Amino acid sequence: MLEAILFYAFGGLALASAVGVIAQKNPILSALSLIVTLCSLSAIFGLLGSPFIAALQVIVYAGAIMVLFLFVLMLLNVPRQEEGDGPRGMLKAVAILLGLLFVVQVGAVVAAHEHAAAPAGYEATTESVAQLLFSARFLYVFEATSVLILAALVGAVALAKKDL
Amino acid sequence: MTPVMQELLIAVVKVAVLINVLLGVFSGMTYLERRVLAFMQFRLGPNRTGPFGLLQPIADGIKLFFKEEAMPEGASRWAFVAAPIVSIATAFTAIAVIPYGPPVRIPSFEFLPEWLRGREVSMQVADLNVGLLFIFAITALGVYGIVMAGWAANNKYSLLGGLRSSAQMFSYELSLGLSWVGIIMLAGSFKVADIVNSQAGGFWNWNACPGRQFFAFIVYLIAGTAEVSRTPFDLPEGETELVAGFHTEYSSMKFALMQMAEYINMITVAVLVSNLFLGGWHSGVPGIGPSFFWFVGKVAAMLFFFVWLRGTLPRFRYDQLMHFGWKVLIPVAAVNVLATATWVTLVR
Repeated sequence: MLEAILFYAFGGLALASAVGVIAQKNPILSALSLIVTLCSLSAIFGLLGSPFIAALQVIVYAGAIMVLFLFVLMLLNVPRQEEGDGPRGMLKAVAILLGLLFVVQVGAVVAAHEHAAAPAGYEATTESVAQLLFSARFLYVFEATSVLILAALVGAVALAKKDL
Repeated sequence: MTPVMQELLIAVVKVAVLINVLLGVFSGMTYLERRVLAFMQFRLGPNRTGPFGLLQPIADGIKLFFKEEAMPEGASRWAFVAAPIVSIATAFTAIAVIPYGPPVRIPSFEFLPEWLRGREVSMQVADLNVGLLFIFAITALGVYGIVMAGWAANNKYSLLGGLRSSAQMFSYELSLGLSWVGIIMLAGSFKVADIVNSQAGGFWNWNACPGRQFFAFIVYLIAGTAEVSRTPFDLPEGETELVAGFHTEYSSMKFALMQMAEYINMITVAVLVSNLFLGGWHSGVPGIGPSFFWFVGKVAAMLFFFVWLRGTLPRFRYDQLMHFGWKVLIPVAAVNVLATATWVTLVR
């Protein structure tokens, strides 16, 4: 009962702020709406019994990545986009069509799966996530991703600094 | 009453108590900080309102309550109003998962309902499996209060202050997070209560001691001070350059909320230092049992330490701050993590 209330509250908030991301004319307010969406998603992860993923969602996406987004937007001070005519009419039609297609796809996926309840008392703890990540199945992928990120990091520094 | 309702009721009572205690500590701190700072500088400080000036926080509160509320022209209304709310909400949420003492058993009084008699209650609002990660996540969100405040006011001083604050906060957040990794490895848990209990037995078991996590302690002390923008890291509010930084345009209760959030963040850091590094509610002397009062004493000492720092040190320059954060603190914290990991795998 309580869980259902919380789920619908955060689900609604996530949807409403996701609409806000594209409905805002000011890019900074869009970014702020996106932060609200990410935080609501994190709350839903928490309700699903995986507090670790919930915390990571906030730390990585809502915390680290969105702060950089906001930083760039604030420093560039992007002017308000005025709505013009021209090709926008056709873009709108395409957008509506793609949106409808997306809704149909999501509906098909939801309809195709049975709504099995999560096993009672199941919790994706830090330990279980770590066990899975460092198991033989995912270890190489995980390590390869780390190397990739490290390479990107070094590359970014090398590009930004002309003389080291 | 159903068990869920019982839990909820207990949680609501805890939240109410915690918020009121924190507000009390906040107003006490504003008085003590001004008074102690004044004594350090051979002044008297506020001593006119009530005996020893003790009613000064109340007078300040009344003044701020009746002050005119100003919204700058060209401000983004929505973000301007939301910024203090985000700041204060994240400040209170972060401190909710920290325990303040060993669990207490409610005495079996006659007037209490059946389910409450003899029930064991933990001294924290929520006991999360991912306690420290949660605190880290919420503090990361706290930056948005400052960013929004700086941007929304449509004032260049506010914007620069907001940018400085957020750059400083996420530069030092890295070393702050790294300094926790060592103690998490030693305790084998993200739960703050488990970390406190891993330091039982005597003060040589405290994480602050050499041989435990001494370097992490130093790194956290510095990064924590920078995280809450206290001297010598109070550049965001460097009044000689930036008026009052991100809260330049705030007045009345919105200003009070911003101020409150800053103090509560400072209390959070003090509470975390005493819990993670100074043994929390353990006395440090073998034979003397754990108690809530040890914890209070350690937090009070930490709060005094912050005031003391403010009375002693000058402010960093911005490039020194960035240099120190990225090129000194983070390497030290990273080496500490490596050393602790090696020790844990080889010795244990």
